[in-house]
Amino acid sequence: MYVYDDFDRTLVAERVAEFRDQVARRLSGELTEDEFKPLRLMNGVYLQLHAYMLRTAIPYGTLSSTQLRMLAHVARRFDRGYGHFTTRQNIQYHWIKLEELPDAMAALASVGMHGMQTSGNCVRNITTDQWAGVAPDEIEDPRIWAELVRQHVTLHPEFSFLPRKFKIAVGSSSHDRAALRVHDLALRLHRNGAGEIGFEVMVGGGLGRTPFLAKTVKPFLHKRDVLSYVEAILRTYNEFGRRDNIYKARIKILVHELGAEAFAKEVETEWHAIKDGALALDPAGFAEIAARFRYPTYAQLDDSPPELAVARRADHRFDAWVDNAVANHKVPGYAIVTLSLKPEGGTPGDLTAEQMDAVADLAERYSFDEIRVGHEQNLALPHVAQHDLPALWRELDAIGVATPNVNLITDIISCPGLDYCGLANARSIPIAQEITRRFRNPELTRNLGRLHINISGCINACGHHHVGHIGILGVEKNGEEFYQITVGGKADENATLGALIGPAVPYAQVADVVEDIAAAYVELRQRPEELFIDTVKRIGVEPFRERVYATR
Amino acid sequence: MTSPLEQKIKITGPVVVTANRVGDGAVVYRRADGGWTTALAAAAVATDAASAQALVKAAVADDLRAVGSYIAPVSLTRDGEIRPGNLRERIRLRGPTIDLPTMPNLSSVVAEEHHART
Repeated sequence: MYVYDDFDRTLVAERVAEFRDQVARRLSGELTEDEFKPLRLMNGVYLQLHAYMLRTAIPYGTLSSTQLRMLAHVARRFDRGYGHFTTRQNIQYHWIKLEELPDAMAALASVGMHGMQTSGNCVRNITTDQWAGVAPDEIEDPRIWAELVRQHVTLHPEFSFLPRKFKIAVGSSSHDRAALRVHDLALRLHRNGAGEIGFEVMVGGGLGRTPFLAKTVKPFLHKRDVLSYVEAILRTYNEFGRRDNIYKARIKILVHELGAEAFAKEVETEWHAIKDGALALDPAGFAEIAARFRYPTYAQLDDSPPELAVARRADHRFDAWVDNAVANHKVPGYAIVTLSLKPEGGTPGDLTAEQMDAVADLAERYSFDEIRVGHEQNLALPHVAQHDLPALWRELDAIGVATPNVNLITDIISCPGLDYCGLANARSIPIAQEITRRFRNPELTRNLGRLHINISGCINACGHHHVGHIGILGVEKNGEEFYQITVGGKADENATLGALIGPAVPYAQVADVVEDIAAAYVELRQRPEELFIDTVKRIGVEPFRERVYATR
Repeated sequence: MTSPLEQKIKITGPVVVTANRVGDGAVVYRRADGGWTTALAAAAVATDAASAQALVKAAVADDLRAVGSYIAPVSLTRDGEIRPGNLRERIRLRGPTIDLPTMPNLSSVVAEEHHART
């Protein structure tokens, strides 16, 4: 867990007081909406179809039980009893009243939480691997580096009015669980040929109407230079990024138009001027940040305790869940447990206040008081003793978060879509729900293997449809909802953008199309172990196009 | 983005002016008397560009009570009932087309522990 200090608490408390005053002035008419809008956006407050929406950052996806209980309290007291976990380690409340927002923010601030940097043209809340600090394949805990950067950019006057929003992710494992290549700036810790640890710096990724994967502008950056290099990138973007056209203002457009090499040259010029100044890594300051991330005192346990094997043999549902939702931990005898927020017929990423309270209780009892939130819109308990898995599973199952579908076809990433969002052209959630019903048979989903469906209700791509193995994008045609289908996208260390398979299909046919694609895959794969994404890579889009459009 | 007042208004059928209430964000419709209502049935209906323009101009000026005023299509039934003219407006009027999340039945163990604590 991250331990907050007085500086953090003061910063958040002052922001609540400031926002309370701004809301009062808006309600009294002293501020017009035009004046108020940029102020509310600085605090993660949007106006959507039915109400205001409050987006709250969950730094690096890490929550304590106390914080999760407070999220439940806010859901219950100020919203309609639930919250929605997003693809950027945030939680959104969709029914917040402006009149009550300052009190909701004060409640969140009491546990160190806030909506700063969750909207607006600033550096957004920095994201990482939700398994940070516990993943066996991790080089170092990426959250410490993310926090170093976060402290530098938060409220930094030079970076508070960028041409457009700026999303940073930090990863540290061989397997990318943070979707690094679809970020404006991604930092990946790795070892160079000499065995030194440093960063690969990737810039210019992003989805939306013009999707790009980030390009590597510096294959190896020494740790001491991370802040100065980030600063040089932000300055270059601030100087050359377009402000005349919102659709061309993201750094991905700048990198694309200048070319990655020319962009990197500009960055290097800026960087060489500042790299040996105040931004060179201060080891003492870094150590102070590192000390704020506290790790549990693990017991000395062995992997694969006998009682686990007995329980697996005794209950095939438990056995299937362990296979699906339990991952290896870097400490022997422990496991990382993913909690699926994708039940059949449910809304991806939604959790009720009662479920939040129950998960908080379980985290306290089984996971050293800690919960994680991942960009796939699931939760994780990061420190579970393997011998506790049978008892934990029974309780997770009872509260509806043990569907054994993690990374399977029903583990769908979905934006809120037209059911909530003012930007959407089409609904996302009912599409996801129908797909989960079509693939409700666990044997069928297991047989299909790893298969990610990502759904966005508009071109802004909050549901990451471009990088879904199957991507679904809602569009509007003559007042009707239609959906473009892509296949072959992925967001991991081999990130790829999906390819369109053909004309958009109407709302009522989307789940049929997904079934057709799944059936085609089963017929076309070379062997059962060949994953969907590998089949697409091997044979291309055409066989799927033929299958889907043969009868349409 | 162009202000609604600067847009050339084309009306192909009946329209209302809608917005979100400042205090709670609720969907509201402009009434003929200059007030706002959450009931679409009580909304002022315009059937020509000039009256739609006048309605939205007055609504936009009422920044203290409602935000984001715009002209939305509606349809009128034979008996004069006003209905939303597209899916977006149907969702704004009636809420999400999905069930809002509810807690699955808790097992007795978790429920008892939870209630004991709270």
